[in-house]
Amino acid sequence: MKIVVLVKQVPDSGADRNLRSDDNTVDRASANNVINEMDEYAIEEALRLKEAHGGEVVVLTVGPDRATESIRKALSMGPDSAVHVVDDALHGSCAVATSKVLAAAIAQQNADLVICGAESTDGRVQVLPHMIAERLGIAALTGARKLTVDGSSLTIERQTDEGYEVVSAATPALVSVWDTINDPRYPSFKGIMAAKKKPLQTLSLSDLGVAAAEVGFEGATSAVVEHSKRPPRQAGNKVDAGDDGGVKLVEYLASEKFV
Amino acid sequence: MAEVLVVVEASPNGVKKVTLEMLTLARSLGLGDVAAVVLGGEGAAAGVVDKLGEYGAAKVYAAESADLTDYLVAPKATVLANLIKQVSPAAVLLPSSQEGKEIAGRVAVKLDNGLLTDVVAVESDGTATQVVFAGSTIVKSKVTKGLPIVTVRPNSLTPAASPVTPVVEAVAVAVEKRDLLAQVVERKVEAKGARPELAEASIVVSGGRGVGSADNFKLVEELADLLGGAVGASRAAVDSGFYPHQFQVGQTGKTVSPQLYVALGISGAIQHRAGMQTSKTIVAVNKDAEAPIFELADFGVVGDLFKVVPQAAEEIRKRK
Ligand SMILES: Cc1cc2nc3c(=O)[nH]c(=O)nc-3n(C[C@H](O)[C@H](O)[C@H](O)COP(=O)(O)OP(=O)(O)OC[C@H]3O[C@@H](n4cnc5c(N)ncnc54)[C@H](O)[C@@H]3O)c2cc1C
Ligand SMILES: Nc1ncnc2c1ncn2[C@@H]1O[C@H](COP(=O)(O)O)[C@@H](O)[C@H]1O
Repeated sequence: MKIVVLVKQVPDSGADRNLRSDDNTVDRASANNVINEMDEYAIEEALRLKEAHGGEVVVLTVGPDRATESIRKALSMGPDSAVHVVDDALHGSCAVATSKVLAAAIAQQNADLVICGAESTDGRVQVLPHMIAERLGIAALTGARKLTVDGSSLTIERQTDEGYEVVSAATPALVSVWDTINDPRYPSFKGIMAAKKKPLQTLSLSDLGVAAAEVGFEGATSAVVEHSKRPPRQAGNKVDAGDDGGVKLVEYLASEKFV
Repeated sequence: MAEVLVVVEASPNGVKKVTLEMLTLARSLGLGDVAAVVLGGEGAAAGVVDKLGEYGAAKVYAAESADLTDYLVAPKATVLANLIKQVSPAAVLLPSSQEGKEIAGRVAVKLDNGLLTDVVAVESDGTATQVVFAGSTIVKSKVTKGLPIVTVRPNSLTPAASPVTPVVEAVAVAVEKRDLLAQVVERKVEAKGARPELAEASIVVSGGRGVGSADNFKLVEELADLLGGAVGASRAAVDSGFYPHQFQVGQTGKTVSPQLYVALGISGAIQHRAGMQTSKTIVAVNKDAEAPIFELADFGVVGDLFKVVPQAAEEIRKRK
């Protein structure tokens, strides 16, 4: 089974994140950039499938030069090789355009399965998986908390507000995963050393047959008009519980008409 | 006159509150008549038409077919995209739920149209407001190609009734084979009792690692029930197996924006704040006076939640 894992580099969600004042894009230069957390679960799931069924795992990233660090980190967990689509024209791309580039790169791989995170922490939450599947005309099993593979048949448990849905499809297909699906492994020292020598193919837009005008600011289907920092919340009253902390709490709730 | 389409989200208990919020928002745009779109199984529209009319849907487009419920997302997107081509609406609003965003994503690709997700406000000229980066940044965006396709976050506005009697118009469900690839084999309901839905609740009571065990979450549930609220949990509580994942609040869980958010034994990490920062009133109980949650709490009690919470529950009962 050939599996392509989609890995995005994002600014660390635990630190301050900003939009640039010059062109309104995510400020990646000043940020601590890391693998989108959910994508580590996608990598882990792919590796487990390879270990159980054999095959090959390819990491695919669309992103700027500095994303190479994240790709090497991803490879250190165990995938066989990586593809990095990097092109200056990509700067400013909207989700619709990014999905076009990812779909074109996936199409070249002839994969049985594409695994990605359910969402990225820097914005385009939860739209890319279905956008990509729509372009490729393959099944999308999204929001998986569990994945079972039996030959060419795939079944997931999809988390919903009410409980979960059991959804199946045949390969080729795309599966997006939540962080409840597994516990990602840490790269071993051997893995980190091996990652340095693993094949990393760099592709430009022309390699994918995508015109520069279809992506970036020129091809964007939406635009940020303005952005500002939200004023931080002010701390209110803080009291010691003493012997009647619960009563004090309810007095406050009553004063605000919640009780 | 063009219409504003509102894609209905419903549960077995009827339309969800976010649908009423979207109808209210659609009316406020003043761009045209408000038309609700029901994408569901046979007979799905009948049970919701009255409610949709109550909140101002002059028309209800009813697309009803087992294909829409037996297969994931893709058939709904095809039907919606066809409807958009047919009626050329002024704007399309969908709920910012997992499925709402997924439908919107597919429609955007089909129509080569822009989309904006997790929107909290929309103006008549299509400018949408989003709150990003753990609630730290406010962004105003616009769709620059095609019509505004926008997914709206629950609890972004107060729904207001404006009764009309809707005209119901059946919509043909013509899906393609490529839409029927991901088959829903089974739907399992996991009990959450009579509590309101997390994303829509006007009161949320959440527990964190400080709650200590799954069993102790009964304390959190009890307070939630006394206040008529939903139960939430921090990721540490979910990861420790205290409470199921669908109740996680935060960056990788639900974003909630209730009138009242009560944080019990939660430290207030940035990724947790991401999911609750825009709550109207925040109350925290934590034994550590330095816990960051107090930086954003309107009212904080420094103390042991195992003493404070049962006492508060007792006090509420007394007052009832
Ligand atoms: C990419 C990423 C995404 C994440 N997404 C989320 C998310 O969606 N949601 C989320 O919540 N977190 C998320 N996190 C995790 C987040 O960083 C924190 O680790 C988590 O929120 C901590 O949960 P907590 O406050 O319950 O636990 P802790 O930080 O351990 O805090 C427990 C608190 O309970 C208090 N306490 C203990 N005992 C008592 C007692 N008896 N009485 C009163 N107080 C007591 C302690 O003083 C402490 O402040 C994410 C992290 C990453 C890296
Ligand atoms: N630029 C990118 N390169 C590679 N994978 C991506 C990229 N953007 C999104 N993805 C994948 O799509 C998933 C969902 O992203 P999103 O729709 O942005 O929330 C992520 O978890 C990644 O696996």
